[in-house]
Amino acid sequence: MAKYLLLKHYRGAPAPVNDVPMDQWTPEEISAYVQYMQDFAARLEGTGEFVDSQALSPEGTFVRHDGEGRPPVTDGPFAETKDLIAGWMVIDVETYERALELAGELSAAPGAGGKPIHEWLELRPFYAEQPTVTE
Amino acid sequence: MNESLLRELVPAVIGVLVRRGADFAVAEDAVQDALVEAVRVWPDDSPRDPKGWLVTVAWRKFLDAVRADTSRRHREVRGETEPVPGQGEAVDDTLQLYFLCAHPSLTPASSVALTLRAVGGLTTRQIAQAYLVPEATMAQRISRAKRTVSGVRFDQSGDVATVLRVLYLVFNEGYSGDVDLAAEAIRLTRQLAAKTQHEEVAGLLALMLLHHARRPARTGSDGRLVPLAEQDRGLWNTQLITEGVDVLQTALARDRLGEFQAQAAIAALHADAPTAEETDWVQIVEWYDELVRLTDSPVARLNRAVAVGEADGPRAGLAALAELDPALPRHTAVAAYLHERDGDPVTAARLYAEAARSAPNLGCW
Repeated sequence: MAKYLLLKHYRGAPAPVNDVPMDQWTPEEISAYVQYMQDFAARLEGTGEFVDSQALSPEGTFVRHDGEGRPPVTDGPFAETKDLIAGWMVIDVETYERALELAGELSAAPGAGGKPIHEWLELRPFYAEQPTVTE
Repeated sequence: MNESLLRELVPAVIGVLVRRGADFAVAEDAVQDALVEAVRVWPDDSPRDPKGWLVTVAWRKFLDAVRADTSRRHREVRGETEPVPGQGEAVDDTLQLYFLCAHPSLTPASSVALTLRAVGGLTTRQIAQAYLVPEATMAQRISRAKRTVSGVRFDQSGDVATVLRVLYLVFNEGYSGDVDLAAEAIRLTRQLAAKTQHEEVAGLLALMLLHHARRPARTGSDGRLVPLAEQDRGLWNTQLITEGVDVLQTALARDRLGEFQAQAAIAALHADAPTAEETDWVQIVEWYDELVRLTDSPVARLNRAVAVGEADGPRAGLAALAELDPALPRHTAVAAYLHERDGDPVTAARLYAEAARSAPNLGCW
């Protein structure tokens, strides 16, 4: 099994097909979208392929250690991931093809008008443990 | 309560039940129920024959479960009328359980999970922790695997190579949480080796022991990997090395060479050298020749080129390397190392930089 990260972008990805910003969706459309994600996660739990899924709050601060005894640096401006990354799902699947298939399915979540949003998802493999060799 | 004894007994008891005709998943549940009973009863009234006790109680639990299931009435009759065999069963049921868990209808990941559960007796939570997935996910994975093999009969002959592959996968997962999977793999392989004379089982056990023996020296206090040549050999576990070499020599004496024995032989030659400089590279090259012959693996060929570089000098190593596909992982790094040893720091530096660029960036951002 190999773990993959499915990254949901706000911006920075090419425009999805059904490109209506979420703040213009009706509450029912948002519920349907959330329900789709929850059902998807539940189904992957059933197949033994689910690892983790989180939506991220739009809050975010850049922090860096600035030396012993000094307050951390929190200044910008930076290209902050809060503008880019909406949330993630981690899956643990048998093959890359299976990861692609699931990412495609997740991208078909319903958006405005109940039509699939065809949003772009970034699919990234986790670094696997190096297999033991003869040193 | 001796928990490790219980864990040793679990696969044997499941095996007895399955051979008597119990469905695998039901048998496993029955054994779990029997273990709960054992935890309750044994502290006050410890049985003289723990395995016999568990078989009897688990069989009773199994019959209870069958009875409770009215749609299986006909099986109840069969179960009730079948005489209970005595304890001196020569057939080794644990061995069959290994084969069942490595059944070709399962994916490697499912085989690993099922082996840890059924043969290793680990809890679903422990396995989930080791593989860093939620417990519910792992529970599903295991129950699917159980369903997949539940119709499989025990009379099919198993493929030892597949079982070994599964155990090797477990070993390579390392450790996390409260289960050390390397140690668990050794424990299971030890059990398997005690039950079969197969020389590759011994080869794998030797390989695991020899690798495991070097583990304390493999990482520095900062978590950095320490290359073999720089490891503090005083940290190597000599007891494990001795055992690994013994197991290997017994296997080699049977003169049926296999890939794991060849790998173990290379590991043994490293473990046997008092210092890195005293490593018997000539013999290591010979074992790599065997390994290449047995597996035709490009990785083995690459490793062989390194060994040739040590045994016959960097030029010979570079010549061996020249025969290999440059696209092989770590090919560039090996070339850089051999050029460095050949006294060509300029080429070496260029290749090292190239290797660093193309390497996955492990451990840091």
